[in-house]
Amino acid sequence: MDSSRRPNSGPNAASPMGPELARLIELLARLPGLGPRSARRAALHLAKRREALLAPLAEAMALAAEKIRPCSICGHIDTAEICSICADPQRDDGALCVVEDSADLWAIERMGAFQGRYHVLGGCLSALDGVGPEELRIPQLLARAAEAKPREVVLALNATVDGRATAHYLAEAFADLGIRTSVLAQGVPMGGELEHLDEGTIAAAFMARRGL
Amino acid sequence: MEWRDAGIALGLARHGEGHALLDVLTAGHGRWRGYLHGGGSRKRASLQPGDLLDLVWRARLEDQLGSFRAESLASPAARALDDGEALAMLSALCALCLRHLPEREPAPGIHAGALELLAALPDPPRRRAAYAHWELRLLAEIGFGLDFTRCALGGPATDLGWVSPRSGRAADRALGAPWAEKLLPLPVFLRDGLPEASPAELRDALRLTGHFLGLWAGRQGAGDPLPPARLRLAARAERAA
Repeated sequence: MDSSRRPNSGPNAASPMGPELARLIELLARLPGLGPRSARRAALHLAKRREALLAPLAEAMALAAEKIRPCSICGHIDTAEICSICADPQRDDGALCVVEDSADLWAIERMGAFQGRYHVLGGCLSALDGVGPEELRIPQLLARAAEAKPREVVLALNATVDGRATAHYLAEAFADLGIRTSVLAQGVPMGGELEHLDEGTIAAAFMARRGL
Repeated sequence: MEWRDAGIALGLARHGEGHALLDVLTAGHGRWRGYLHGGGSRKRASLQPGDLLDLVWRARLEDQLGSFRAESLASPAARALDDGEALAMLSALCALCLRHLPEREPAPGIHAGALELLAALPDPPRRRAAYAHWELRLLAEIGFGLDFTRCALGGPATDLGWVSPRSGRAADRALGAPWAEKLLPLPVFLRDGLPEASPAELRDALRLTGHFLGLWAGRQGAGDPLPPARLRLAARAERAA
């Protein structure tokens, strides 16, 4: 092969793209689910659809960056001072669902069977990370519950040691306020086969077995 | 470099999207941290603190982080998820190991004590005693061995009921009574190595061991005297007593 026609490669090769595109790829690669290779593909896709996709996306992101904020009542991420769920008068004030973050809230909303209010903690108590109640939105939750007095607080936290330790901590605090709490059930997932489940899940499902 | 050992999961910190840094307490290698490929995947249940593991650690050089291959053998935490006190003890044990135990220094007594606690988790009186005995072992491991064999005031060693917050030496119950406000109560189960404890005895034991763990943290310049998980356990024991 003629050396003058060899494609750029190696550490001394000139960059095949301008700094703006390189920066875009670098930032895209930080997104969940994307690595450097998929970020390059996404950037190329955007560059090819500049008018139809890149410009509207940049505009939407700039607007989101300006507007996105945590709801002052529940901590859920939204674009208003009070999120759409807290502002909805049709919601049931007597049921309050506590979740770790907004992704959990979205998951429960996709189910569509809960019509109460939410409170987003922003994480859970963690022995490893040394996270205590003050680092989370627990004081705000307790103050909110003491004022609103919901008939039930659903602790929809992850079925992990940290998630359950947080649930127990909250259950005791709500007991002092005279508010009933519940936690999500654990067991065999829909479509799950026992053979492939881990020992902990099978043990939890066995202990929570019920009559038919 | 490669070794194989039994271990207890202390904590899993996600690294990137699908991987994790795993901290374990092993029988023969002490507290150890390594990379766990695929350990941070959100699509499957992750290892939980307290899980009993069969571990293989590999690295090119001994002082490298290295990576683990971990197979879960049992998950005592899965049976304790509905038990607040058991979870609080498990969290406190992991937090104290991560904070107080140096990495890569064998601590077989600490590992054995942790196994005893995990086995006792379903039984409240047994786990209370096992937890307090484990903290005593931890204190001895880090250089705060408490002496319950004789009376610091020169009295008999037959009814030791107090511990000096300065020296860590026990004192006769009657002789120490005039200084009761300054001394720390010594629960009988802790003194005699008994296998069961009441909520009030656990509270006293946690006050005692917590004092010396806090002293250690102060001398190490470790910031807060006790990790939040241990503080929550103590607060729970105070309420339960």
